[in-house]
Formats: sequence, C-alpha cells, structure tokens
Amino acid sequence: MDAPTLIHGLKRRPLPREIEEARERIQAIAWNAGLRFCETVFEMCSFDEVNMIASYGGFPTRYPHWRFGMEYLRMKKGYEWGLQKIYEMVINTEPAYAYLLDNNLLADQKTVIAHVYAHVDFFQNNAYFAPTNRKMLDEMANHAARVRRLVDRHGEGAVERFLDRCLSLENLVDSHALHVRRPPSEKDLPQDLEPQRLPSKSYMDRFVNPPEVLRAQAEKRRKKAQERKFPRAPEHDVLLFLLEHAPLERWQADLLAIVREEACYFVPQGQTKIMNEGWATFWHTRLMTRHILSDAEVVDYADHHAGTVATRPGQLNPYKMGLDLFRDIEERWDKGRFGKDWIDCDDPGERARWDTGAGLGLQKVFEVRRDHNDVSFVDAFLTEDFCREHGLFAWEYDPGSRQYVVDTREFRAVKEKLLFLLSNHGQPRIAVTDANHANRGELELTHVHEGVDLQLEWARETLGNLARVWGRPVCLVTRVEDREVVLLHDGDTFRAEGLPGRGES
Amino acid sequence: MVLPIENDLDRFRRIVRGRVRKDLRRFMGSDELVGRQGKKVVSIPIPEIHIPRFRYGPNEQGGVGQGEGDPGDPVDGAGEAGDAPGEHMLEAEVTIEELAEILGEELELPRIEPRGRREVASPRSKYTGISLAGPESLRHARRTFRQALKRQIAAGTYDPANPVVIPVKEDRRYRSFQVETEPSSAAIILYIMDVSGSMGQKQKDLVRLETFWIDAWLTHNYRNIDTRFIIHDAAAREVDRDTFFRTKESGGTLISSAYREAVRILEADYPPADWNIYVFQFSDGDNWSTADTQACLEILGQKILPVANLFGYGQVDSEYGSGQFHKDLEASFGSDERVVLTRIPERDAIMDSIRAFLGKGR
Repeated sequence: MDAPTLIHGLKRRPLPREIEEARERIQAIAWNAGLRFCETVFEMCSFDEVNMIASYGGFPTRYPHWRFGMEYLRMKKGYEWGLQKIYEMVINTEPAYAYLLDNNLLADQKTVIAHVYAHVDFFQNNAYFAPTNRKMLDEMANHAARVRRLVDRHGEGAVERFLDRCLSLENLVDSHALHVRRPPSEKDLPQDLEPQRLPSKSYMDRFVNPPEVLRAQAEKRRKKAQERKFPRAPEHDVLLFLLEHAPLERWQADLLAIVREEACYFVPQGQTKIMNEGWATFWHTRLMTRHILSDAEVVDYADHHAGTVATRPGQLNPYKMGLDLFRDIEERWDKGRFGKDWIDCDDPGERARWDTGAGLGLQKVFEVRRDHNDVSFVDAFLTEDFCREHGLFAWEYDPGSRQYVVDTREFRAVKEKLLFLLSNHGQPRIAVTDANHANRGELELTHVHEGVDLQLEWARETLGNLARVWGRPVCLVTRVEDREVVLLHDGDTFRAEGLPGRGES
Repeated sequence: MVLPIENDLDRFRRIVRGRVRKDLRRFMGSDELVGRQGKKVVSIPIPEIHIPRFRYGPNEQGGVGQGEGDPGDPVDGAGEAGDAPGEHMLEAEVTIEELAEILGEELELPRIEPRGRREVASPRSKYTGISLAGPESLRHARRTFRQALKRQIAAGTYDPANPVVIPVKEDRRYRSFQVETEPSSAAIILYIMDVSGSMGQKQKDLVRLETFWIDAWLTHNYRNIDTRFIIHDAAAREVDRDTFFRTKESGGTLISSAYREAVRILEADYPPADWNIYVFQFSDGDNWSTADTQACLEILGQKILPVANLFGYGQVDSEYGSGQFHKDLEASFGSDERVVLTRIPERDAIMDSIRAFLGKGR
C-alpha cells in the first residue's frame, strides 16, 4: 500500500519542522546508543484520530466491527473526563508506524519519539517477535477487504454474529503458535488401514494370505483407528483445531482464520508487556536526560516521566516494573553482582559494598531484551532484594470485608503470584482433548486448572459460542472449588455436572 | 471528514439501542434513566457489552501491587483493572425523543390526534444569516476578520510578512436571526398526587417513574407542553416538580380539594379551545369520606371531563390504602372513553399502566 493512503480517510500531515528536526537528532542518538531499529514513520494525529487508531489496536485499516466503536467511545469519554490520555501508539511493522498526538508539548514529543525508537528496537530484536508478520498493516487491510466482501455477500447480521462467536474464542490460541513448526495435520497422514499381505506367488496367495484372516485383520485395524484418541495430544491451538476440523462453510472459515491470525499476531505483545514498556522507558529516560533535553524542558519532561511511572498500590505499572528491573540488571552486571560467589554471600555489609567493576551492565540488558519474555524475565531477574526494595506485595480479595487486602510480602509468594499472572498472559489454558467425545463427535476440552477457577457465567456463554461453531455439543472439563466439574453446552442449553453445593443444574 | 471508526460507533450505538428496546420493561421500572435526565438526552448506563471469553473470576485471582501496607490492609485501586461485568459503565446517550419513539413502538402506542383546531402559533428564532448591524454579543468574529482582511488587501495595506489584521467598525459582521412562527399543537399535563401519610416512598417512586414516561410520550406528540403539579392531603396546592416528588405530609385526604385546584388552574390558564388537556391523578385510593368522594365525582363529571382529552387515574397501592377510590371511579366512569383507570402495585406494572393511559391515542 502506498504510504500516502496509509490512514484511509485521514489526511497525512508531514511532521512540523521542529519535530522533524528533533526526530532526526533523536534517531541518531538512539542509534549511537546501540538501539537497532528499522525505518520508523511518524504521523501527526488529532485526539480523535489517535483514539481511533488505538481502538483499532494500532491498525487504522482494520475490519469493521462494533467492538472497535465501543472501545472508541470509551477512550473518547475517558479523555473528555480527563481520566486517560494517549501519548503515542507504535506498531510492529516494517517500516514501523508511530502516531504522535498533534497538540503535545515539544518536550512530550521528544520523549515519545525516544520511547518509540526503543519499542521498535524491541520489536526488531526480541526473539518472541521474530516470527511476526511485519507486513501486518497490509494484512489487516486485506482482512478488512475480505470481511467487507463477506458482509456484501452474506449480510451484516450473519457476518457479525459469526465474528462475535469467533472473537469469543479469540484467546484460545497457543501462545507459542508462531514459533511452532507443526507436524502435518493428522487428517493428511496416510491412513494405514490396509491389512498387511505376506509376499507370495499368485497361485499361493489364497493360502499364504487367507482372505478371512485379511478381513479379520482389516476389521481390527479399523476398530483400532476408531478408538484412537483424536487429537492424540491435547491441542492448545483451539482456533486452529476448529479451523481444520469444524464443519464450517468457506466464508465462516475465512472469518475464523482472520480472527486467529490477528490474535496470533498480538500474542508477543501480550507476552512482553513489562519488558517492552520497561525497555522503552529505560531508554527514553536515559536518552532524554543525557542527550536530548534542553534546560527549559526539564520540568515538563519530569512531569511526563513521573506520570509514566506512577504507581497505585493495587496495580502493577508495567512501565515502572520493567524500568526498575532493567535498571537493576544494569547495576548488578556493572558491579558483578551475579554468579556463584554473589549468591553464596550472606553478609549484608559485604553485599552492599559489592562491586567487582565488571562493567557488563549494558551488554547484559541488550542480551536480556533479545532472549526473554515477561515470564522468563521476571523468573530470572526478580530477586528478593528487588522485591523488598520496591515494596512488592501480593493482594487478594477478602470476601469477609468485600475488599482487596494485602495478602503477603513474602518473596516466594509474591513472585509465584506474579509469574502466575503473567503465564499464558493471564488467560486460562484450555486445550482440545477429544474431538470424538463419547464416540458421538462431541468436542471435549480440558481446562488446565492452575489453582484459580473459571468464571462460570462467562464460561457458559463462551461454551455456547464454541458449540455453535463446532456444530455438535461441546463440554469443558474444569475444576470448581477443588472438584472436577464438567460444563456441557449443545448450542441451546447449558448443563453443569458436579457443581459443588448446587447439585446438577 | 468522517473517521472510519464512526461506522463502528454507529453500529455499537444501534446494538445499544436494541438492548434498550429489549430491556424496556426493566428500564421503565428503574431509576437508571430517570435519574440521569438531561434537558434533551438521557444517559443510559449500559453495562459494557462483553464478548464472553474463558477467563478467571475477578475475585479469585488476586494480584501483585507495589507500595505501603501490611498484610490485611485494604489495597486502593486493586481489582479495578479487571473487567468484570458491570464494572465499567458505558454511558450511551439516547435522546428523549428517541426514547419516546422506542416506547411508542414497543408499546404500540398510537400517535395522538390533537383535538379540534387547537393550534398555537409558536415563534422560533433561527440564526440564518449575516447582517451589517447587530448587538455585539452576536458579532461573528471570523466573518468580521475575513472582511477586514479583504479590505486591507484591497487597500494594499496587508503585509504577508507581518500578517496583522485589524477590523474597523465597517468590517463588523453579525449573526442575524429570523423569527418563524410554526403552527403547533399544545398540551397541558396536570399531575395530581396524594401526599398524605399513607403514601410512602415506594409509592412516590412509582409515580415519579410513571410521570417520566408520560412526559416523554406526550412531549414527543406535542410541540408545546405545559406541566403543572398539584399535591394534596386535606388541602391542595400547586407546587413545582421538585416539591411534587419530595413533599410528605401527614394529614388526611380530601381528593376534592385537588380537583377544585385543578379546575381553577385549567379555567385560569388553559382554554380548551387552544389546549389539549391531560389530567393524571395518583393516589393510594383512600379518601376521607364518601361525601367527599361524591363531591369529587361531580367535579370530575361536570368540570374536568368535558374539557379533558384524558383523565388518567393510577392507583399506587399501599399497605394502608383501601383502594376504594378506584372502585368509586370505576362505578361512575368505568365506561367513559376519556377515563382510564389503572393499578400500579409495583414497578413491573408501570409498563402496562402506561400502555393503558396512552394506548387510546387521545
């Protein structure tokens, strides 16, 4: 697609001279600091435009759907009521596109530009982004064109209904899907149903391979094939499974494929929220304070930055968490605070003075940004010292007082809770375990229960959508209050077996 | 320039409206709409329309935070990031006009045929043009400066390098308006409510909800609407809307006093040749004496009904009320076209009561 029509319906505006000059300078500074980004195109946007782009997940060319409108309404209201403000948007494409808000202060624009270059560096160099489609802007536009064509052909109502169903299952993708080279689908494997014949001369064949034995053998194999569980191993990419095995019409499969592709595209974003924002913040503050700021801009910058890393007790700010972790890593590797000697040292005085002059900090943070995602990042670098210094705690809901209360500050528990929240980016893990459940072509899914129950009302609705896509009854095996529960839906009615305290309902 | 997102927003709004329609009965019996009434629009809090997903329960999961506090201390802001249903309230704005339309379609209310030739010419001013003279408060800044710029260019005094434009008196332009008169039908709604001791808060809430919907529908049908309020216990007086819903008296009940007040107001201000007259009375059905009831029936039959389009009586049953007045009206006017009697024992009955009141198309 030509750049000038990038934001369809929007006029492209060249950057004002002062911002373009700042951009060029910051680009050079960021590059010299070691950031490696691809070409990045900056666009000036009004509030409405930036809200629109944000509602579309960064892609102004997205397919039509009401939920984008809802999101837009919420952002607009949020801005009008002064609850939130978007400074910037950047998307993972080549070239990368970043959207600047046109009435921000110059100091804000500079901060945002530095921030954006670090994001682009992250997109380009982090391993989890490696397999993403860098032409996603075009792909999304293609998706939009396909959806519009299907709307023309099948009607807005039908397409919307089916899209709503697919979106209801949107989080049922394998978070590693982009990285996995899948074995050929079982459907395509040669079906080994022919009985084995022993070699023989033709006149001897009747005796060497007696027909009745062959028949019995064929029958046995057929039975075995039927009994074989399908899929053989739990399939976590539920959307892909549906795409390959659900009885969908072509247009439906097309929509499902679009939803799945876009969901997969956004997976690395979800997996690296803390790292990605932390990395961008780490670099914008470093570059701004060391190279870019003019004296007159310091207060505006400090104000902006303070807003970025502000925390509220009950919420973890990924910008701050990531920034602090990267800074901690830099300091530790600069001072040689790693390895066996460091771990074995128990003397607080000695630990506080510890500095081997290793000077490996910067090298290490670049390495970390290449190799990790949020889970491994927190697992490897959230230390007990860090947890104490930054006042981390775990909280929980207290049904007695009907409020959220501090649960514990104990390091192990806090870290475990955080890792759990980050695993599978906070989504329950659900896999297809049997596509021929009860030998009736029903779909059985299993929730890998990790100590937290599903919300049942949502599960009921979602299961209904799944049943309508699968075309046959579906069931979900999960646990509620530590008892195995099976939720069943046949597209019209819902049933739960084994629900504690409620019997069968 | 229309942003492409506007289409999605439109679609979302249509879905919301569909929900309003589906849930009309619930809305009619709740304060949600009525409490948020602006001049022309009502903000309807819509629980965000969720696309259901498999997800954890909001209270099950807990979280990690940062800051002060010992174990057991409450945490500010925790859980707010979650998106449990009902947590985020989206406001969808629906104009009262639209609401009335939804109401009309849903209850299948016939459009009201204004009686006779009760047309009142209502003047409306429209700002349609620009004039050379006018009050300073209507000065059109942009047009004024444009004029000044033209003049300076023509006079050769405009310097693009130093673009200063100074309007002089002759450059000034003003918005001008024209007064148009539109024939329009006018209506007066007279609400009468018993505020004696037997009318509790619950009963008054029912009345408040019901009047909101009556207002919405009649406003939709008439260009000019007057609303007047009478409260009564043993004596009656006219009050404004606020007082109408807030007053609580403890005295006895003489309904005839309110009827007399109603007649006084109608005779003084609303000649039936020019006005469509609606009288709605809400009471728990208790009157002081049968003698007073007799007086009521006479006033109603001789003074009010002859001029009214509609007399609606809504009985909001209370524990203490006997409900006798409903029976008395029924006996005397049960077959009169102009009289509609309903009972509103609870919120769910509001919809049926409205349908009865307004379903006649009078």
